[in-house]
Amino acid sequence: MTATTDAAQAELGRARLRKEDARLITGQTNWTDNISLPGMLHMAFARSPVAHAKITGVDLSAARNMPGVIAAFSGADLGAEQGSLPCAWPVTEDIVIPPHPPMAVDEVRYVGEAVAVVVARDRYAAADAAAMVDVDYEPLPPVLDMRAALAEGSPKVHEAGNKSYEWVFAAGDMDAAFAGAPVVVERTYRQQRLIPCAMEPRAVVSQWVGDQVTLWSATQIPHVVRFALSAFFGIPEQDVRVIAPDVGGGFGSKLQFTAEEVLAVLVSRRVGKPVKWTESRSEGNMTVHHGRDQWQRIRIAADADGRIRGLDVDLLADMGAYLMLVTPGIPLLGAFMYPAIYKMDAYSLKCTGVFTTKMPTDAYRGAGRPEATFAIERIMDELAVELGMEPLELRERNWIKHEEFPYTTIAGLTYDSGNYEAATARAKELFGYDELRREQAERNARGDTVRLGIGISTFTEMCGLAPSRVLGSLSYGAGGWEHASIRMLPTGKVEVVTGSSAHGQGHETAWSQIVADQLGVPFEDIRVLHGDTLVSPKGMDTYGSRSLAVGGLALVSACDKVVDKAKVIAAAMLEASPDDLEFAAGRFSVRGDPEAGATIQEIALATFAAHNLPAGVEPSLDSDATYDPDNFSFPHGTHLCATEVDTETGMVTIRSYVAVDDVGVVVNPMIVEGQVHGGIAQGIAQALYEEGVYDDDGNLVTSTLADYLVPSAADLPSYVTDRSVSPAGNRLGVKGVGEAGTIASTPAVVNAIIDAVRPFGINDITMPCTPERVWRAIQTAQDGGAA
Amino acid sequence: MAQIKVTVDGVQYADQVEPRLLLVHYLREVIGKTGTPVGCDTSNCGACTVLMDGVSVKSCSVLAVQADGADITTIEGLSDGEWHPVQRAFHEEHALQCGYCTPGMIIAAADLLRDNPHPTDAEIREGLEGNLCRCTGYENIVRAVRRAAEAGAGQ
Repeated sequence: MTATTDAAQAELGRARLRKEDARLITGQTNWTDNISLPGMLHMAFARSPVAHAKITGVDLSAARNMPGVIAAFSGADLGAEQGSLPCAWPVTEDIVIPPHPPMAVDEVRYVGEAVAVVVARDRYAAADAAAMVDVDYEPLPPVLDMRAALAEGSPKVHEAGNKSYEWVFAAGDMDAAFAGAPVVVERTYRQQRLIPCAMEPRAVVSQWVGDQVTLWSATQIPHVVRFALSAFFGIPEQDVRVIAPDVGGGFGSKLQFTAEEVLAVLVSRRVGKPVKWTESRSEGNMTVHHGRDQWQRIRIAADADGRIRGLDVDLLADMGAYLMLVTPGIPLLGAFMYPAIYKMDAYSLKCTGVFTTKMPTDAYRGAGRPEATFAIERIMDELAVELGMEPLELRERNWIKHEEFPYTTIAGLTYDSGNYEAATARAKELFGYDELRREQAERNARGDTVRLGIGISTFTEMCGLAPSRVLGSLSYGAGGWEHASIRMLPTGKVEVVTGSSAHGQGHETAWSQIVADQLGVPFEDIRVLHGDTLVSPKGMDTYGSRSLAVGGLALVSACDKVVDKAKVIAAAMLEASPDDLEFAAGRFSVRGDPEAGATIQEIALATFAAHNLPAGVEPSLDSDATYDPDNFSFPHGTHLCATEVDTETGMVTIRSYVAVDDVGVVVNPMIVEGQVHGGIAQGIAQALYEEGVYDDDGNLVTSTLADYLVPSAADLPSYVTDRSVSPAGNRLGVKGVGEAGTIASTPAVVNAIIDAVRPFGINDITMPCTPERVWRAIQTAQDGGAA
Repeated sequence: MAQIKVTVDGVQYADQVEPRLLLVHYLREVIGKTGTPVGCDTSNCGACTVLMDGVSVKSCSVLAVQADGADITTIEGLSDGEWHPVQRAFHEEHALQCGYCTPGMIIAAADLLRDNPHPTDAEIREGLEGNLCRCTGYENIVRAVRRAAEAGAGQ
């Protein structure tokens, strides 16, 4: 018992190897595409090859006559049955939310939009038949540039025009902040369009049995999908089961309620057989929602000593052709983060959501916060140059001091904890900051053809989405709570049911650690269940770095209830008053008589037998808890990047990368470090490699992984990571870590590149900073801006 | 239809296949070897990597008919009761998160170590260039391959 006790006490903060791994490294994983049901048919889609056109005819006869084809449907064939895909976040009262049928009926508005679906006996036959669908298109002009889209006389994506909404925020006296400010710096930054590229392509399987449907989907949000199928497509909620089996990454891209999910359900009902659809990568690049795609005009006003007076942000955000689940809300998740870690007198932001004839945008790792962090961290460097000040010193002069927490920012958020001094000091030390600055100066002085640049990102983010009342105030269509339940099995083993839905984050391991810590049962005795609405009927799922900071806290509440119930039974077993019992390391003991005790696992068996329970006590230790956070959490950190820029080729090499993150208390440092690594990689990818590109006709030219550069091991550096800890204000002290690296690293890298080439008079290079773009920027600067 | 005979993870199969059938679809859909996933359609991602006659290939870029007579090892057949040293190292170094790239990554790493039992970090990174991972940022994959090398996986 003693050994178990010691192990249990050490659970939090322990680098437990993952429970998930055994199936993942031996090929026994249950991906959606692995599912094969008796009689199962396969769907394939005919998709629009043009960006914008009227549909004047859909002829399915050739497709229907292909061998092995069971059925084919156009959007018109499904009619009212296919309804409209919902947008859950109408950010303003007068927002334009156009109808969004799962398959286009009258008009297509982006390349890849589904026009017809065929159902065949195997995936090859389905693909053959989809290629035989004959659609007549009457071309309409594409709308590809947000700024042109808002101009008078632009072709329209929708009848209502190209503006979806305008959302504004203002706090403080902007006129006073900017009028007479000694220094005002203004920049315009481009957040290029990104394609999420989770390694597992989307896949769905739908099966009806009687009037009940089961949908397997490679999704982050099985509970939201169940609700949406019921609320918007008329299937009674009690008849819908959604299962997210093993899911191969999401990064926000699987935080969606998709046309393909709806169509799988409708088509399988029509044909009376289970159907499966798995996208190809090129189909996915076209039709999985994209991320970012904003123009950011940002102005900052400061005193001569560097104190920030005010910040003004004007955003254009590309919605794409339709508003999907949370499309319009993504920029708003960043809207409160432009002030970041800095104190200032005034702040205003205007965001205009714009329709274009491109794939809709929506959540992608960080969702709004990477954009905000990039703009503020970039312009802090620009302001430092303008002031002739060391960029870290400028940040330090303006950031919230550790003794000032809790601190309510100009954007109205109350940061509960943080220690920017500690994270920065540690990062500088690991990075060798002063030494690198000396080397940089020396290389600049001798006109080295390979320049050294140092990039800083003292980022923060808001995560732990989210207090339901705040979501309500932002017109979001749901709450932000999370659910957990604990089932104490007769043999003392534990089933933990969580409403968050992991897809690589390691919940089965980390959740086991939390419960082992709370209940004092061995880590090995715990099984975590998730991702199936029959097993886990309540949940808000996994996104926005919320699982631990919300779902983890639900787990703690559920454990409390188990302990409370067990205490009453323990008291009866030990013939003591509940008030005289202590609970530690999984064991109740009588105060003053440590020999008299019972473990919670023994109590589970006694509860199951139920022979000697006190009168009126139910024979169950099981519990449910739903936790609604009262605040966001605010991870932060200091990331430092050293780049070498070959001025003759434009090649950028990351020489070193140091990340010191404060994500609060850490449950499993191994998993946290892995999240930071992967996050940094995705942020570097935005800085250097990735861009979703449409040509002038609106064709996506980066539809394959040959054209869209997801970096390999050879394209990325090694990272040095460490942590500082300022516990969050919740019971576990946890903040969340899923998005931190991505939010932090993009500006760190670009700041480093600009720092390297600033001696040439360059103050911006549009992302991704490819060798060609860097080289051209240098050439242009050397030609005196003539090119 | 064409007749093929192929050995997969030590079991012999004989099947009639369409000439255009990809090896990865043969593995997954004809003989039920779903341990090997498909991540792209341009042979960039490497998720579908298997050993064909002892050498790593991307099974989306091989036709089933080309595998006629071949001996294929998938992730499901890599361990022989005990986990392969590369599998163990991936677990111990937390070199996987969602795990979708992992079967291909492990097979490619095993092949890399067969070719070069003691690679430098740079050689590991170059050697795994054909396998994409979206979760780990590769840091722990490099550590895992190094650990497997130290454990003698390439010998």
